[in-house]
Amino acid sequence: MTYSFLRLAAEALRGQTGWTPAWRDPEPKAEYDALVVGGGGHGLATAYYLAREHGITNVAVLEKGWIGSGNAGRNTTIIRSNYLLPGNEAFYEHSMKLWEGLEQDLNYNAMVSQRGVLNLVNSDAARDAAARRGNAMRLHGVDAELLDADGVRAMVPYLDFDNARFPIKGGLLQRRGGTARHDAVVWGFARAADRRGVDIVQNCEVTGIRVSNGRVMGVETTRGFIGAGKVGLAVAGNSSRLAGMAGMRLPIESHVLQAFVSEAIKPLIDCVITFGAGHFYISQSDKGGLVFGGDIDGYNSYAQRGGLPLVEDVMEAFMALLPLAGRLRVLRSWGGIMDMSMDGSPIIDRSPIEGLYLNTGWCYGGFKATPASGWCFAWTMAKDEAHPLNAAMRLDRFASGALIDEKGAGPYPNKH
Amino acid sequence: MSQRFRTAAGGRIDRARPLGFSFDGRGMEGFAGDTLASALLANGVHLVGRSFKYHRPRGILAAGSEEPNALVEIDRGAGRRTPNLRATQVELHDGLVARSQNRWPSLAFDAGAVSDRLAPLLPTGFYYKTFLWPPRAWARLYEPLIRRAAGLGRAPDTADPDRYVQCYAHCDVLVIGAGPAGLAAARAAAGSGARVIVCDEGAEFGGSLLAEERARIGGVPAAEWLRDTLARLEAAPETVLLARTTAFGYYAQNMVGLIERVTDHLAAPDPALPRERLWQVRAREVIVAAGSIERPLVFPGNDRPGIMLAGAVQSYVVRYGVRPGRRAVVAAEGDSAYRAALALHAAGVEVAMVADLRDAAEGALPQMARDAGIPVRSGATIVGTAGRLRVRSVTIGFSGGRERVAADLLCMGGGWTPSLHLYSQARGRPRHDPTIGFVPRTPVPGLTCVGACRGVFGLAEMLADGAQAGAAAAMRAGFAASGESWAVEDAPSCECAPPRAPGPGSGRAFVDFQNDVTAKDLRLATREGFRSIEHVKRYTTTGMATDQGKTSNVNALGIVAQAVAAPVEAVGLTTFRPPYTPVSFGALAGVARGALFDPVRTTAIHGWAAAQGALFEDVGAWKRARCFPRAGEDMHVAVARECRTVRETVGLFDASTLGKIEVVGRDAAVFLERMYVNALANLAPGRCRYAVLLGESGFVRDDGIVGRLSADRFHVTTGTGNAALVLGLMEDYSQTEWPELQVWLTSVTEQWAVIAVQGPRAREAIAPLVEDVDLSRQALPHMSVRSCQVCGVAARLFAVSFTGEIGFEINVGADHGLAVWEQVWERVQGLGGAVYGTEAMHVLRAEKGYVIVGQETDGTVTIDDLGLGWAIGRKKQDFVGKRSLSRPDLAAAGRRQLVGLALDDASRLPEEGMQVTAAAQDRTAIGHVTSAYGSGTVGRAVVMALVADGRARMGEIVFVQMTAGAMAARVCDPVLVDPEGARLHG
Ligand SMILES: Cc1cc2nc3c(=O)[nH]c(=O)nc-3n(C[C@H](O)[C@H](O)[C@H](O)COP(=O)(O)OP(=O)(O)OC[C@H]3O[C@@H](n4cnc5c(N)ncnc54)[C@H](O)[C@@H]3O)c2cc1C
Repeated sequence: MTYSFLRLAAEALRGQTGWTPAWRDPEPKAEYDALVVGGGGHGLATAYYLAREHGITNVAVLEKGWIGSGNAGRNTTIIRSNYLLPGNEAFYEHSMKLWEGLEQDLNYNAMVSQRGVLNLVNSDAARDAAARRGNAMRLHGVDAELLDADGVRAMVPYLDFDNARFPIKGGLLQRRGGTARHDAVVWGFARAADRRGVDIVQNCEVTGIRVSNGRVMGVETTRGFIGAGKVGLAVAGNSSRLAGMAGMRLPIESHVLQAFVSEAIKPLIDCVITFGAGHFYISQSDKGGLVFGGDIDGYNSYAQRGGLPLVEDVMEAFMALLPLAGRLRVLRSWGGIMDMSMDGSPIIDRSPIEGLYLNTGWCYGGFKATPASGWCFAWTMAKDEAHPLNAAMRLDRFASGALIDEKGAGPYPNKH
Repeated sequence: MSQRFRTAAGGRIDRARPLGFSFDGRGMEGFAGDTLASALLANGVHLVGRSFKYHRPRGILAAGSEEPNALVEIDRGAGRRTPNLRATQVELHDGLVARSQNRWPSLAFDAGAVSDRLAPLLPTGFYYKTFLWPPRAWARLYEPLIRRAAGLGRAPDTADPDRYVQCYAHCDVLVIGAGPAGLAAARAAAGSGARVIVCDEGAEFGGSLLAEERARIGGVPAAEWLRDTLARLEAAPETVLLARTTAFGYYAQNMVGLIERVTDHLAAPDPALPRERLWQVRAREVIVAAGSIERPLVFPGNDRPGIMLAGAVQSYVVRYGVRPGRRAVVAAEGDSAYRAALALHAAGVEVAMVADLRDAAEGALPQMARDAGIPVRSGATIVGTAGRLRVRSVTIGFSGGRERVAADLLCMGGGWTPSLHLYSQARGRPRHDPTIGFVPRTPVPGLTCVGACRGVFGLAEMLADGAQAGAAAAMRAGFAASGESWAVEDAPSCECAPPRAPGPGSGRAFVDFQNDVTAKDLRLATREGFRSIEHVKRYTTTGMATDQGKTSNVNALGIVAQAVAAPVEAVGLTTFRPPYTPVSFGALAGVARGALFDPVRTTAIHGWAAAQGALFEDVGAWKRARCFPRAGEDMHVAVARECRTVRETVGLFDASTLGKIEVVGRDAAVFLERMYVNALANLAPGRCRYAVLLGESGFVRDDGIVGRLSADRFHVTTGTGNAALVLGLMEDYSQTEWPELQVWLTSVTEQWAVIAVQGPRAREAIAPLVEDVDLSRQALPHMSVRSCQVCGVAARLFAVSFTGEIGFEINVGADHGLAVWEQVWERVQGLGGAVYGTEAMHVLRAEKGYVIVGQETDGTVTIDDLGLGWAIGRKKQDFVGKRSLSRPDLAAAGRRQLVGLALDDASRLPEEGMQVTAAAQDRTAIGHVTSAYGSGTVGRAVVMALVADGRARMGEIVFVQMTAGAMAARVCDPVLVDPEGARLHG
C-alpha cells in the first residue's frame, strides 16, 4: 500500500479503516540466504539495501524485542556529515546524500529536516579546530560555513553570548545537517524492506551463533535455529555479547549515554546547536520538545539508565548556553547503550569467521550513519568485500595502526 | 459575589484570607489554601486550556500532578514567566497572574481548532504517510507550518533571575508520599529514633486524608489524627518533613532525587530564598507511599470542560470547599466514585444520577447514595456528551434505551491505578492483578511499596500496611521499632474497579487528553502492525505528553490488549522514565551557572597582569595573559614588540599554568623511564630533559620538562591543558600496571608560580636575585635545575628555554609568586626588557620550530611525524606506546610529517586549519596548516604544517587553500631561527 495524501484523503471518507500493517509479522523460516541480527536502524537499512541494491530478498532481520527498541529509538536524532578524517568524510557525506532522498525512496516521511547543525566556538583553539574541519569539508565539496560571533548571533540571538566563562566567538555551520524522526526512520526502512520481501522477525533473540569449520551456519534463537550462509551483526550496544557467541572479542566497550526531552514549548531553537565547551547538543522537535544530551556516564554498563551526576552536568551546560531555560523543565530522560570503539569510529567489515559480518562501533554518532551504514554493510555482505566508502572501517585497523580518531582521544572508549 | 461556586462552609481553605488573582486578564478572588484550579472552579471557570493537536476546549480533569489538560503560564515578571504549569498544582497567592496557552486569538475562540474539523484527515501517524511531495517541500513548507502550530507554552525571553540550590542528605528511612500509608510508616520509623525524611509533592501533608470527611482513626476524626501525626513527626528530632517536594527519580543504590519548590507559592518571596532546591538523598531504606491515580472513563465526548475525575471532584468539594457544578452526573465503574456523589450532594449540588457501569451496584457506598436520595442506575454506558465550552448534557445508555441528562458536571470514576513509577525506575517488575491492575511483584532491595501504590486501598489496611513497613524498614536500618495500629471507623469499604477496555463506541473517545489520542487511534495503530505497546505509544504519542500518561497509559493498554486479542500482562506497560513530574533545568543545574559553570583558574600574577592592561585568553580552565599592549598599540604591534624585545634584550613571562607533577620515591626514575620515550633513568640530579609522552596507541599525548632534583625526586612539567590527563595516565599505570614500583605522584601545579625570564640578557636580569647558584654557562648549562633562594624565597631554578634564547624559569611558592615577580620585573624593566604574553610565546617557539602538543598534534600524530624521533631512548626496553610504534601503519609511507611552509607572497598569512594540496586545483588534501604567525624576526609568515611525506618534499611547491584561492608555498625546515642553537647556549 503506497502512502500519499490522496490515499489519506480517500481513507478519511471511510474512517481510516482501510490501512493494512506497515510490515508483516511472519514466522521465521528455517533458512535464509542472509540474516541480519538487530532490528535497529542499521539492521533494517542493511536488509533494505540487500534487497534493493543487490537483489537479495530471502533475508530476515532478527530483533530480540520490538524494532527500534535500541539506540535507533533513543538517540537525539542529529544528522550531519561534518567529519574531518579521510576514512570518515566520504562515508558520512554519502549518508547525507541518502538522507536527502530517503523519504521518496522509502515512501515514508522520516521527517528529514535539514535545519542546520551549528557547532559553537568558544575559544581560539576551538576556532582553529573548526576552521580545519570546515576547510577539509569544503575542499571535499561538503557544505560548511565558518561564522563569526555576529553571524551566530543572527541565527540564535537567545544564547548567552557573553557567558562569563565561555563567550561565543563563532561557529561552524553545516546547513545540510539537521535532524530526522528516529522512529520513522526505523519504521520506514522496515516497511520498505518488508515490501521487497524481507522478513522482519520481532521477539526473536539470537542466543548463539553456529560456526562450523570457520564458517557461519546460522543462529540459535529463542524461536529456534535459523540457518543462513551470511549473518550480519548490527546490534550496536550488544555487539560484544553477540561477537562473544562466535568466540570473538571486539575492540568495543559498552557505555550508557543519556538523553533528555523537555516539555513542549513554542518554537525557540530552529537549528541543531552543539556546545563543545560544555559537551552539549540540543535541537527542538517538531512537537516542541527540546531534545538534548551530553557526555556518556563514563563507566561500562549494559543497563539502559544513567546517574544523576551526569544529568546535572548536562543541565549545567544547558543553562550556560541558554540562561532563559531555568524555568523550563525536563520531561523525560533515558539511556542507551553505546558501542564505543577504541578510536571513536565504526567497524563495517568481514570478521575472521567466513560469512559473519560486523557492523559496530557507532559510539554516539550512528544515527546519522543509518542509511550509509546499511548501504555499505549490504554491499560488504553481498560482495564479501568492503566498498571504498567503508574501506577504512576495518576490524584490523587497531592492530595495523590505521586508526580513524576524529577526536584524537586515544584508545579510551569513554573519551570519544 | 465572586466565588459563586464556594460551599457555604468547610474545606481547608482560609476564608478569612481572600487572595486576588487573574486568569487571562480577568480578575478573580480565591482563598489562601486554594490551588489555581480550585480558585478557578470556585469562580465557575472550567475552560482552562486547549489540547495539543485538535485545540479542543479543555477543563480541569484532576486535582493533582496527573492533570493533563489545565496547563497555564504563570507570569511573575521579567525572566520569571513559567510555561506549562498544572493549575492543579499552582498554589494561589495574592496577585498571581495566570494565562492560558496555545490558543489564538483567545481561549474561547481558538483559530487552531480548525484542526478539529480536519480530524478525519489527521488520524494517528498521518504525518508519516504524507508531506512526501514535492521532495524539498517538507523542510520549506510543511514542517515550518507544523512547528508553528505545535508546542505548548512559551519559553521565557530573558535569563532566569532566580537562584536554585542543591543539597545532599543521608537518612535511614526516606518516605515518599505523606498520605495515610506514608504517614503511618513515617510515624513508626520516626518513633524508633531513625533518621527519617518524609516528602510529599503537595502543599500540605495528608494525601487522601485531606479530602476525608467522615472516617475516624483511633477514635478521632481523620483530620485530628493527621494533626496529631504531623505534630509528632515535627517533634521527632531526627525527622525532616519536606512539603512541596516531589521525588522525581530513583537512581542506583537508593539514591533518590527530590525537588523542593521553595518560593513559587509565596506572593513576595524573600529574595534570599532559592526558587527550588534539589535534594539528593541516599537512603538506607526507601518507602514508596505514592498512592494511586484515578482513571478517566473512555467514552465518546469524554473530554469536555466540566468532565472531571470523581476523586478530584471529591477533593474540590471537601478539601477546597468548591462546588464544581450545579447539576452532576456521576459515572462509576467502582464504588469510590460514590464518595464524590455523596460529597456533592452534601454540598448542595444536585446529583442527577449515578450511572453505574456495572451490572449491579450493591456495596455500602451505593447504598449510602440511595439512602441520601441520589438516583442510582446500574448497567449504564456513557454514550456521549454535548456542550461546546462546557459539558451541557450526558447521554446514557441502558439496556432499555438511552437517556439524555442535563448536567454541567460529569464525574468519571474508572478505578485507581497504583503509582509504580519509582518502583519501576528501581527496576522492580510488576505483575498484573485482574482486580487491581499492575502491582509490584519482584522485591527491590531496600525499597518497600506501601498502601495504594501496591494495591492496598482501604484506609485501615493502608494505615496498617504503612505502620508495619515503617517499623520493618527502621529495624533493617538498625533501630528498635514497632508499628502502631489504629481502629478505623466510618470508612465504608470500597470495591475497586478492575481496569477494562471501553466498548467500541462511535464518536471520538479520548485516551490521552493532552495529545488528543483517541481509542480509535490506538486501534488504527494496531491494525497497521504496531502491536508492541512501545510501538503504539510512539506511533500514536499516547502517554508522551507532559503528564507522561498518568491518566492514560492503563486505558491505552486495555484498548491495545483488546485490539490485539492478547492478555493485558502480555502486552505490558511502557517503561517508566524519570522524572516523575517535569523538573526545572535551573534546579538540576543548581549554582553551577555563569562564572561558576566551570570555575576559572588564575595564576598568582593574574591581578598584576590585569592591572598592566593584559589581554587574556582561555587555555583549558586557565586565563592566560595573551599580550600586554601599550597605549596606542593593537595586538599585532604589541606582539611584534614583545617578540623583538625577547630576541634582543629580555622578556618576562608568566608560565605558572604549566602542569607540574612531583614524582617521588625509590622507583621514581624507573617509573618515568617507563612512562616517557626518553632515557631518563640516567638523568643526573640537577639536570633536565625535554621529554615526550605517548599514549598506549603510540601517538603523542604530551611533552614537557623532566627535572631531576635528587636520586628519588623529579619535577615534571606538562602542557597547560594536559596536566590532569597526564597525572591520570600516570596514576593509571602506577596503580594498575606497575603496582610494584615505589612511586608517589602529586599534582603541584597550583603550588608553584613559574616566572620565565628569556632573552640574551636573561642571566644578567636574574643574577642579583639568585643566591648560592653560579649562573655561569659552565656551572648552570642549558637544561639544568637547582634548588636555591630567589629574592630570599625557596625556589627551583630551571635553565630552560621555550624561545630559543637563554632562558630561566624561576619556580617559587605561589604565595610568593607576585612578590618575586615584581622584583624580577624591576630588573627586566631596568634592562629595557618587556613582559610578554602567550601570543609572543607562540611566535617565538614557532620561529624556533618547537611544537605545541594540541596544536601541531591532534592525537593522531606520532613522534616521528613531528620529527622528534631523536628523543626516543634507543636502548630502552619499553615505554608507554612503544609496542604500538611497531604497527605497520604507524611507520607506513604517506604519513603527515611536520614541516615549515614558506609562502610565495611574504605579505600573506595563512590561517591555522587551512588545507594543503599538491596542486592548486586538487580536491584531496595532503596536509594542513597547524601554526601560522607573522614574524618580524624571520621577515615573513612562520608557518608549520603537517604534510604527507613532508620531509621528503623539502623544497617542493605545495598549495595552501586560502579563502581567496590557492597560494603556492615551498616546503622548508620548520626551524627558522638559530638552527644550531648558538643563542640557546650563549
Ligand atoms: C541517547 C543517545 C543519543 C544519541 N544521539 C545521536 C545523534 O544525535 N546522532 C547520531 O548520529 N547518533 C546518535 N546516537 C547513536 C545512534 O543512536 C546509534 O549509533 C545507532 O542507533 C546504532 O545503530 P542501530 O540503530 O542499528 O542500533 P540499535 O537501535 O541499538 O539496534 C540494535 C538492535 O539489536 C537488537 N539486539 C541486541 N541483541 C540482540 C540479540 N541477541 N538478538 C536479536 N537482536 C538483538 C537490539 O534490541 C536493538 O534493537 C545516540 C545514541 C543514544 C543512546
